[in-house]
Amino acid sequence: MSDNRAKKSKAPLKTLARTLGFVIKNYPVHCIAVLFCLIVTTVVTARGTMFTKELINDYIQPMLDGELTQEAGFASLGVKMIMIALTYGAGVLSTFLSNRLMVYVTQGTLKIVRDTLFEHMEKLPISYFDRNERGDIMSIYTNDTDTLRQLISQSVPNMISNVATVVTVLTSMIILSPLLTLTALIVVALATTVTRLLAGKSAAYFRKRQQNIGEVNAFVEEAVEGQRVVKVFTHEDKIMETFDEKNERLYDSTRLANGLANVVMPIMGNLGYLNYVVVAVVGGYLAVSGTGGFSVAALVPFLQFTRQFNMPISQFSQQLNSIIMAVAGAERIFALLDEPVEEDEGYVTLVNARENEDGTLTECEEHTGVWAWKHPHSADGSVTYTRLRGDIVFEHVDFGYLPGKTVLHDINLYARPGEKIAFVGATGAGKTTITNLINRFYDIQSGKIRYDGINIGKIRKADLRRSLGVVLQDTHLFTGTVADNIRYGKLDATDEEVHAAAKLAGADYFISHLPKGYDTEITGDGANLSQGQRQLIAIARAAVADPPVLILDEATSSIDTRTEAIVQRGMDSLMEGRTVFVIAHRLSTVKNSSVIMVLSDGRIIERGSHESLLEDKGVYYTLYTGNKK
Amino acid sequence: MIRKLSHYIGEYKGITVLTPVLMVLEVVFEVFIPYLMGHIIDDGIKAGDMGYVVRTGLLMMLMALLSLLFGASGAILACKASAGFEKNLRRGLMDKVQKFSFANVDRFSTASLVTRMTTDVSNVQMAFQMMIRICFRAPIMLVSALVMAMVTNKRLSLLFVFVILLLGGALTLIVTQAFPRFRYVFEKYDGVNAGVQENLTGIRVVKAYVREEHETKKFHKASDFLYRRFVDAEKIVALNGPVMNLAIYACMTGIFWFGANIIVKSGGVDMQVGQLSTFMVYTMNILMNLMMISMIFVMMTMAKTSGERIVEVLDEQIDLSEKKDPVTDVKDGEIVFDHVSFSYSKNKDNLNLEDINVTIPSGSVVGVIGGTGSGKSSFVQLIPRLYDVTEGSVRVGGVDVRDYEMRTLRDKVSMVLQKNVLFYGTVAENLRWGNENATEEQMRAACESAQIREFVESLPDGYNSHVEQGGTNFSGGQKQRLCIARALLKEPKVLILDDSTSAVDTKTDAAIRAAFREYIPDVTKIIIAQRISSISGADMIIVLDEGRINGIGTHEQLLECNAIYREVYESQMRGADFDE
Repeated sequence: MSDNRAKKSKAPLKTLARTLGFVIKNYPVHCIAVLFCLIVTTVVTARGTMFTKELINDYIQPMLDGELTQEAGFASLGVKMIMIALTYGAGVLSTFLSNRLMVYVTQGTLKIVRDTLFEHMEKLPISYFDRNERGDIMSIYTNDTDTLRQLISQSVPNMISNVATVVTVLTSMIILSPLLTLTALIVVALATTVTRLLAGKSAAYFRKRQQNIGEVNAFVEEAVEGQRVVKVFTHEDKIMETFDEKNERLYDSTRLANGLANVVMPIMGNLGYLNYVVVAVVGGYLAVSGTGGFSVAALVPFLQFTRQFNMPISQFSQQLNSIIMAVAGAERIFALLDEPVEEDEGYVTLVNARENEDGTLTECEEHTGVWAWKHPHSADGSVTYTRLRGDIVFEHVDFGYLPGKTVLHDINLYARPGEKIAFVGATGAGKTTITNLINRFYDIQSGKIRYDGINIGKIRKADLRRSLGVVLQDTHLFTGTVADNIRYGKLDATDEEVHAAAKLAGADYFISHLPKGYDTEITGDGANLSQGQRQLIAIARAAVADPPVLILDEATSSIDTRTEAIVQRGMDSLMEGRTVFVIAHRLSTVKNSSVIMVLSDGRIIERGSHESLLEDKGVYYTLYTGNKK
Repeated sequence: MIRKLSHYIGEYKGITVLTPVLMVLEVVFEVFIPYLMGHIIDDGIKAGDMGYVVRTGLLMMLMALLSLLFGASGAILACKASAGFEKNLRRGLMDKVQKFSFANVDRFSTASLVTRMTTDVSNVQMAFQMMIRICFRAPIMLVSALVMAMVTNKRLSLLFVFVILLLGGALTLIVTQAFPRFRYVFEKYDGVNAGVQENLTGIRVVKAYVREEHETKKFHKASDFLYRRFVDAEKIVALNGPVMNLAIYACMTGIFWFGANIIVKSGGVDMQVGQLSTFMVYTMNILMNLMMISMIFVMMTMAKTSGERIVEVLDEQIDLSEKKDPVTDVKDGEIVFDHVSFSYSKNKDNLNLEDINVTIPSGSVVGVIGGTGSGKSSFVQLIPRLYDVTEGSVRVGGVDVRDYEMRTLRDKVSMVLQKNVLFYGTVAENLRWGNENATEEQMRAACESAQIREFVESLPDGYNSHVEQGGTNFSGGQKQRLCIARALLKEPKVLILDDSTSAVDTKTDAAIRAAFREYIPDVTKIIIAQRISSISGADMIIVLDEGRINGIGTHEQLLECNAIYREVYESQMRGADFDE
């Protein structure tokens, strides 16, 4: 992950343009107003500094020389000062406005980014989550949005206001004295060269430091993660040895990177003073000799400008750097947004239906307990209704996660409504993969899967999945109450339905013994519940959805035998009267199945009932008897 | 906290003290420059004395160079000192964590330890660097600029005092108002991120139940709330800019008006035009440094939390200690539990193991079985002294485990943990954790016993095959077997397998046990398992239930007279495991 982080952006300008485009599209008025305010602020500051010249030339000097009486002088200066104060007022107001508006622009954009990211992420196919580490996706929401905030709220506005400052200040300087401006620019050019040199060196060390930080962090993480193993093997000294090495390297690059970066500040500051001196000497000469009508009155604001000019120039390369860094984060955000979403060309939908006297079905609004597949035919514009029964057929199905790497070969099977199909086989034989094809977590390469006679490719994914209940091997619960988690299966379930489902799963007993019963808050994926309890809630969740077809991964390897017995009872009652695909681990489930499929290397090698398979004396037979021994 | 942390400055103490001194020198030279500036204009240019201009100009240049010299060296030293401090602090933490016992590790979560060692250390380092540089520089600059302004003109500098008080007040108000809001908003932020995390882990459930929209709606609600709170907090901080500008503009206006008054009314005696420019520079100096001080204040408050979290680790009491003259040899693999009680919380009313008495002869094979929470893992973890008993004593080779040198004991009592970890590197490197100098021959033998040799040697790079962090490029069963091989390389007197073959199929599991019998007959082997078949052949089986020994005996004996054992056996025969 650390290498990934340190990677530089491939097309920084393109991404930057896209980022800014995104911001402007959402906040066009805000952006224009902010731009306007930023310019106003810089002009106001320059106008104030320029006033020094007028002050000296038009007021102080004439009054000192007696060309202007003090009464008249101060009276008109008073009026002028009010004007200046008003101008300054406008400056303060525009700063206030631009800052305030930027809060909305920044936070608003971030909200939109977060929302869009999440919404998009929810639509991505399962394969995306297989390909990407959770930590990497998480850091898009945390680190990358943070750098985006930096970019929008700081880097870009600063850059704009710096450019505006350079332009206005330079213009003012040229107005005051073109010759002196040239002198000042030469010194600035010198200063910029020095800082760029330093900044370039420091950037190289920063990259190295970033890499070293990554290494140290990864090592710390690994060592802490494996702390117990370290203890058991008394490997503490070894760990410290490696750690010291990495820590020392980090120290070196940190020292150099920060040192060089921080040295820029005093150098720029003092080169600024150097510029001062040069300008003062040259300007002094100009004023004394009276070349080009230059006067002391012009020198005072000019010196101010020299100082104002220095800052944005010295910050320029630094800001450019931070923009490029932030753009790398934006790139990762866009990369997620550009991921193609789960495709769904399905047009067959699941609707409530009423059975007519002649046995045909009519679609209806209200909940009848009868569901039908609504199948529009584009050829003749007719619509047919097929009753939802839970009949599943696989015909010559081939599948591979990656093209060219088939993991399931020529799978054929049928499950009549109410039948129980058990999959048996070694880890990696393809049991879970088959079940993932039924709900179209993955799409098959060739062959057909039919649900109630309809090719599942034609069924809208949401409706297909709604008709399938799933209990996975790893239970995942969500933050919320126990009732909320059960209701996950059917959002509009009444309390009675929730309780009934819990009773069916055999979860009612333990839930009512929780401190707050069904209202007990679940946190951190159910960390406050035992593995068995979590599984029972997951079963209740499937029960409340009441689907005709169930997919059960009944692995219970991490549950002890006694808890397993309780969970098993829940599973058994859930299976009652439904078509069930079960990845079976327990003999009782397997024995009672309508059909048992023995899988090996992605092929069904044996199939049949328990008795017939035993008679065949094949793989199933050895598995069964081998276990008995 | 400060005292505790400053201990880690260590060898960088010298430069830590030197840095502020250099910063003061920088300020001293810098602050004279604007003053001379005014004189160049008034006494040089206006008087037409070019000689004075050049002379003062050179003096200014010298000052600027000196200031640059001190400033630059100060910056370099500050960075060296802070990087050094960071290094020492991180090392101190790591060292401490290495000394942690299992009980200590239990108290901190892995994630929190990692954050403390990475993010928190960085925060403290940043604060430290700021402290030795800016913390001295900013106030001194502020005061000396003020003094110089007073030297230039007393009456006009009163203006600064006024503005400083106002601006200082305003900044303090902003910081104190914004800070609690930010703290609150960051808590909420964590919550929103936890929501994302939850969706990432449970994405299959979300999709299976077609709850994408439901989740999105939930997220929108949370992110909307976050947005409002963020705006609420940021709005206050956004006042910084206009307030600062207001102060600058007010100073400028004041300097224009009062400056003109003073100059004109005194006929150019009390003050001259050039000094207007001096005042303007001091204005910026003073206000900027005031701003800096408020920023430091914010950073310090943030670093304080990090500092506290670090000190929490440093202050953690290590709850296992070694005796003065420890025993450094383990005679044999005999294990005796003598009236042992144990509680993770050291609370005698909440015991995890209660009055355990058992003698395990050296070289025997012992099976341990029981439900979750029955105390199986606790039981075996007391043998290599990963925890200390609360009452009674555990003896290995006739000696109380507390009397051994920790290293000796843990080298001779080899344990394969339930949650096993491989480390980044190669297979050989991982195996050599057991024995640093293990030859290829020895590794091969260990792998052979652990039934993983064939697999390792079938890999393109054999023993030099790459292992990802956490061993993620190996399957659960492969990892478990490599961990067993690693433990075997220690040549222990006691070998403990804590449910270490759960992902290994029954046949291989049996082969491993057979290998143990053949190659390491003298080693005491303790096996925790869920599968009866893994332990049914043991010399002695211990049935644990709710922290107590429910029964001890051979398979046959227990089948006859132990209800729990019989129940587990029967349920497993009914529900034979088809998973491999």
